[in-house]
Amino acid sequence: MKVDFNIDIHHLPRVEGHGDIRISVRDGKLAEAKWAVVETPRFFEMMVKGMSAERTPFLTSRICGICSISHTLASIRSLERAMQITPPETARIIRLLAMHGETLQSHALHLFFLAAPDFMGTPSVVPLLQSHPEVVEAGLMLKELGNELSIATCGRATHPVSLVLGGVSKTPSKQRLAEIRQMIADRRPMLDRATEFFMTLTIPDFVRETEFISLRDGESYPFIGGNLVSTDGVVRDENDYLLMTNEYTVDFSTSKFTKVSRESSAAGALARFNNNYDQLHPRAKEAAAAFGLQPVCHNPFMNNIAQLVECHHIVASAEAIIDQLLDDDLNDFRIGYEPKAGAATGAVEAPRGVLYHYMETSDEGKVVKADCIIPTTQNNANIHHDLHALAEQALAQGKGEKEVEKLCEMLVRSYDPCISCSVH
Amino acid sequence: MNHLGFELEKIKIASFDFTCCEGCQLQLANRESNLPDFLALLDIRNFREISSERLDDYDIALVEGSITRSDEIKRLKSIREKAKVLVAFGACACFGGVNVLKNKFPQEETIRTVYKDKLVETMPAAKISDFVTVDYSIPGCPVSKKEVEEVVVGLVTRSLVTLPKYPVCVECKQRLNTCLFDLGEVCLGPISRAGCDAVCPSGKTPCLGCRGPADGINYASFTELVRDKGLSLEEMREKLAFYNGFEDYLSHEG
Repeated sequence: MKVDFNIDIHHLPRVEGHGDIRISVRDGKLAEAKWAVVETPRFFEMMVKGMSAERTPFLTSRICGICSISHTLASIRSLERAMQITPPETARIIRLLAMHGETLQSHALHLFFLAAPDFMGTPSVVPLLQSHPEVVEAGLMLKELGNELSIATCGRATHPVSLVLGGVSKTPSKQRLAEIRQMIADRRPMLDRATEFFMTLTIPDFVRETEFISLRDGESYPFIGGNLVSTDGVVRDENDYLLMTNEYTVDFSTSKFTKVSRESSAAGALARFNNNYDQLHPRAKEAAAAFGLQPVCHNPFMNNIAQLVECHHIVASAEAIIDQLLDDDLNDFRIGYEPKAGAATGAVEAPRGVLYHYMETSDEGKVVKADCIIPTTQNNANIHHDLHALAEQALAQGKGEKEVEKLCEMLVRSYDPCISCSVH
Repeated sequence: MNHLGFELEKIKIASFDFTCCEGCQLQLANRESNLPDFLALLDIRNFREISSERLDDYDIALVEGSITRSDEIKRLKSIREKAKVLVAFGACACFGGVNVLKNKFPQEETIRTVYKDKLVETMPAAKISDFVTVDYSIPGCPVSKKEVEEVVVGLVTRSLVTLPKYPVCVECKQRLNTCLFDLGEVCLGPISRAGCDAVCPSGKTPCLGCRGPADGINYASFTELVRDKGLSLEEMREKLAFYNGFEDYLSHEG
């Protein structure tokens, strides 16, 4: 049957920020598929000009309301590298624990609040409170665990207060760490409940060969710093981030597009998984096996499952870090520094993928130039091309307007886009 | 729903975002242990970030973000027409927030720095009360979920809720913190509105005034304090400008 229809989703719901999906079908054939970001730009790269290096991470934190700890740490890393500041080891692992908290709350928020309603056919998580209370409970308890980890390590879950240049301004008390350690032990069964629930869902069958970009240090699963790698075999130094992004603008989006070896590439949990499977905790590998998830997986809908696999890894890693901190005297957590001129990149794995902050400082330690490249920016082109391929596949399978619309919405949500962050 | 023997209606609420990080709205999904009880008070009519349901009848609109583009003014005014109570939600909506930091640079240079030759529409970032009447303000970067719960419960039970009039120092002292001025830091605690439980100074980082000025503060005396302690006035100004909550101070100082 030859059909004509237009799908025009203005401000896609259940994602962070403002993005539109536009699909046009003529005579049963796909005429156009577009991922258009309409978010208002904030111009953070301009705002930081002239600001003291000390204050800058507090400003760049405000780029994102979900991954503010990642932004803070990306700025801190670039400024510390630029001014040759080496933070103490205790601070390094407290920062890692703060990131674990953020990744866990972000993944739980996405999996249970944003993605699960699609699979359950509800407009939001609210009806699931009645129909699946035990599933929502698992999501809430994991999300709360993530937030509690962040609050204990950096004072607040959104816009951290004690992550500073040279280390951390305050350490958690041993008593608080012991409480969190117990909380992890109590809540680990919620991870298994989450896995059981997601195994009952049907993940759409769609594959488009993709180049996946992430950090990799070869010693541990990547969170802060490392080489820039791709599943196409590219390996670059952290400071060569521009060669790993090649940002460009398109006329239908206020968020930029990027590419590496192909017309598009992807970052995020699935990219980290594909590049660093060998570094995952055995319990995370076990969870991946339950879903038949293996590297290199090219189904973008499996990013949801990769996030769940990472939750298993993070919980196991957080336990080990807290044990290490409980044995530490926690006295050496911050060093002083002299402002100086320099330039460097700070790369971290934010929940949605590799995040770059590049900063240049003056002799007085003020920021003179900045560049921030956001994970969602690195996914825009891939989302755009995936939408095209997915809509074509769905039409070839004889799917109608409503089914195409739902699949396209689910696809974009699988990337867990952070749109206002990408427009910053 | 029954409270002290009175039948209460759920409030029809909507949440909207403009130029911001959406971190304030996300606080609504925090404090997970009482989240089901909190949600039981609400009839969520329109909240794009967590629900695909979009209904146009609501009594209370939470508005997050500052205004930086002409289409945002139109959308804000249409929300104002529909809402019985419009709440400025967070520092960006209340004062313009960090977004205002871009206003000091020439607009063309700003656009060129980020987008090169691409045409991008923007205007100086502004607080929402520059365009519509605001009935209630909940400041903060981000807002405190605990305070939001108090306001929402107040609206449901029709009781009066007010923000603390006193400065952050009061809460900081209650938490037995060492004063950051004594550690050589300029902290805006003496002039900023409390209600955050002094979260930043308790983490040993100075208050940057995300909740704006407290009632009846003495700007001249604060400047004296910074000077007497031998601390940097330049650093003080950088902090005062951070969330744009102290426009009066900066203009008073000239």
